[in-house]
Amino acid sequence: MNRHLISAADLTRDDALLILDTADELARVSDRPIKKLPTLRGRTVVNLFFEDSTRTRISFEAAAKRLSADVINFSAKGSSVAKGESLKDTALTLEAMGADAVVIRHSASGAPQRLAGWVRGTVVNAGDGAHEHPTQALLDAFTIRRKFGRSSGPAPEGRLPGSRPSGGTALDGLRVTIVGDVLHSRVARSNAWLLTTLGAEVTLVAPPTLLPVAVGTWPCSVSYDLDAALPKSDVVMMLRVQQERMTDAYFPSVREYSRRYGLDAARMAQLPEQAIVMHPGPMNRGVEIAAEVADSARSTIVEQVTNGVSVRMAVLYLLLGGAEAQS
Amino acid sequence: MSETWLIKGARPAGGSPADILIRDGIIEAIGAAGSTRGASVIDAQGLIALPGLVDLHAHLREPGREDAETVETGTAAAALGGFTAVHAMANTDPVADTAGVVEQIWRLGQQAGHCDVHPVGAVTLGLNGRHLAELGAMADSPARVRVFSDDGRCVSDAVLMRRALEYVKAFDGVIAQHAQEPRLTEGAQLNEGEVSGRLGLTGWPAVAEEAIIARDCLLAAHVGSALHVCHVSSAGSVEIIRWAKGKGWRVTAEVTPHHLLLTDALAAGYDPVYKVNPPLRTAADIAALREGLADGTIDCVATDHAPHPAEDKETEWDTAAFGMTGLETALRVVQQAMVDTGLLDWAAVADRMSARPAAIGRLPGRRGTLEAGVPASVTLYDPAARSLVDPALHASRSRNSPFAGLELPGRVVATFLRGRPTVLDGKLA
Repeated sequence: MNRHLISAADLTRDDALLILDTADELARVSDRPIKKLPTLRGRTVVNLFFEDSTRTRISFEAAAKRLSADVINFSAKGSSVAKGESLKDTALTLEAMGADAVVIRHSASGAPQRLAGWVRGTVVNAGDGAHEHPTQALLDAFTIRRKFGRSSGPAPEGRLPGSRPSGGTALDGLRVTIVGDVLHSRVARSNAWLLTTLGAEVTLVAPPTLLPVAVGTWPCSVSYDLDAALPKSDVVMMLRVQQERMTDAYFPSVREYSRRYGLDAARMAQLPEQAIVMHPGPMNRGVEIAAEVADSARSTIVEQVTNGVSVRMAVLYLLLGGAEAQS
Repeated sequence: MSETWLIKGARPAGGSPADILIRDGIIEAIGAAGSTRGASVIDAQGLIALPGLVDLHAHLREPGREDAETVETGTAAAALGGFTAVHAMANTDPVADTAGVVEQIWRLGQQAGHCDVHPVGAVTLGLNGRHLAELGAMADSPARVRVFSDDGRCVSDAVLMRRALEYVKAFDGVIAQHAQEPRLTEGAQLNEGEVSGRLGLTGWPAVAEEAIIARDCLLAAHVGSALHVCHVSSAGSVEIIRWAKGKGWRVTAEVTPHHLLLTDALAAGYDPVYKVNPPLRTAADIAALREGLADGTIDCVATDHAPHPAEDKETEWDTAAFGMTGLETALRVVQQAMVDTGLLDWAAVADRMSARPAAIGRLPGRRGTLEAGVPASVTLYDPAARSLVDPALHASRSRNSPFAGLELPGRVVATFLRGRPTVLDGKLA
């Protein structure tokens, strides 16, 4: 595996399976009364968040702390960054403080890659602009594996035949439909690369205005018609719609978007029996997803949050050489 | 100043080796040299002699951003690149939109002495896109401005563009348009295509350039004026210009060295040294640009030399400045992209990098040819040399060369400006 996690596209199938299997093991630790492992004791993880994202920051913080790392939260607001300090100078400051890993969230695509050129430590991308959000894709893959009985270790209910007892299997043959603002979504990009690497068949569904012009070069199918895609979906993943897309004329109104691309109960009924509904959060209830769908038995939205901690533990553990530290 | 130089055995515009005798700033003879007594001799076996190169498009940054470049450092870079004249773009601070500012830049060029500096005047006051600058006053100033451009910004208002095209007819001026439809390029970062989609960078669609070029060709035809299209970057733009020229309209165009060699795939590492406006595009665009330059659809190569200090490039891609340096590598890139590929011979290089830009810039006394009796602005170039590009060795004050670390052919050996060497043995004379 690379020293950094910048893009889900950098992960081989074996890399991805190793992360997911490791997350399976670490998830079992989270079920114990004492959730802490000594693996990263003495290591420092900096959460460098240039964008507000309480959910993701807390998830990374919990993951690092469960591995006994020291965690420093650095929020750009009210810091020297707000006074005009460059990303490079911030990086050099963190370097001087001896950060072993930097978890970065930034509004500019590519900021984690730039950072990786300026620090010696490991860089983990926690979401950069419209580029990628690889740990989100990993936790989504993790959630799908669990739901379809392909995880490693003790079998969950409804386990499908063919899954390995020791290591989990990939997502071969599963049909995943990603719906919404693909053009601006880092979640969509990371999932498109990772789920394809893991063997899933990914279909992107969006109004044409919210698809990249060269989406035909992506390893995915593309459709403008949600109703046609749903009966052929094992997983449907709804993306958040930003309010400003409407003012930029990507679609005429929120109501029209919701009618054509929102997932309500009637549409959910078109899904195959085993299908699940995912959302990376935060949701716009009533826009891309109806409340009754979000709260339904098919919804994995809360599990995704739980799984996020295990997956991020696995990423930090593997990137910071937790295995070596332990042995 | 009475200097006599005998350049022995160079190949004028790539032709048969000949001796070139320079006396009193004039090419006295080519081939059968007369009295060469007292002449300094340069052994130029194997070198190409070109008419001194002319750049229609450079940003010298003075006044205002002397931390990025000055007229002194920018023209030194130009001379080292084989140029004897550069046009200095108007987007300085203050903007070159009055006779006073263009005169200042012109005088700074004369003081530096490395090459001629021809200021480009802004089309609109402060590049604001709303009110015409005093174009006539700049034309009548000692700087003799003939090329007007809001480069860096597009004159997007169709009425204002029409008026500007019409107005400069009174003094044989030309409007050099930075073709970029502003609404289609809000926040644009990189050529809209496969790479921008994957990297999550806001796309800069080629159509935003092509739509303005098409409109401006029609406007220029309607009012019978001269339009020059800056830094053509897409295959579609080449097509439109070919069509307009086929109609006999007064349209000229330039292409930059970087658009002839580099693609948007270089942005994959998010290093803003590859961030430029218009953006690097695709291999198909490069092929069309090379073909357009070869068949004359595109008249000339212009550098769009755009120096920036390190801090404006050592950032996230989105916040980095647009632009690349180019004066010191232009001829070498043209050799790589056009000559070594068999698309242009050296006579055509002389045409595209000297004669045609001199004509578009309405430069008096410059024919862009090597013949007895013309002012001796000459570039000596060794096409057999090869070396890695190292921006640390550049005379430009800035280091943002996209060719850094690339091995390019060629070396500028000497540059003469009206009989006086500005560069000898690859160093400032």
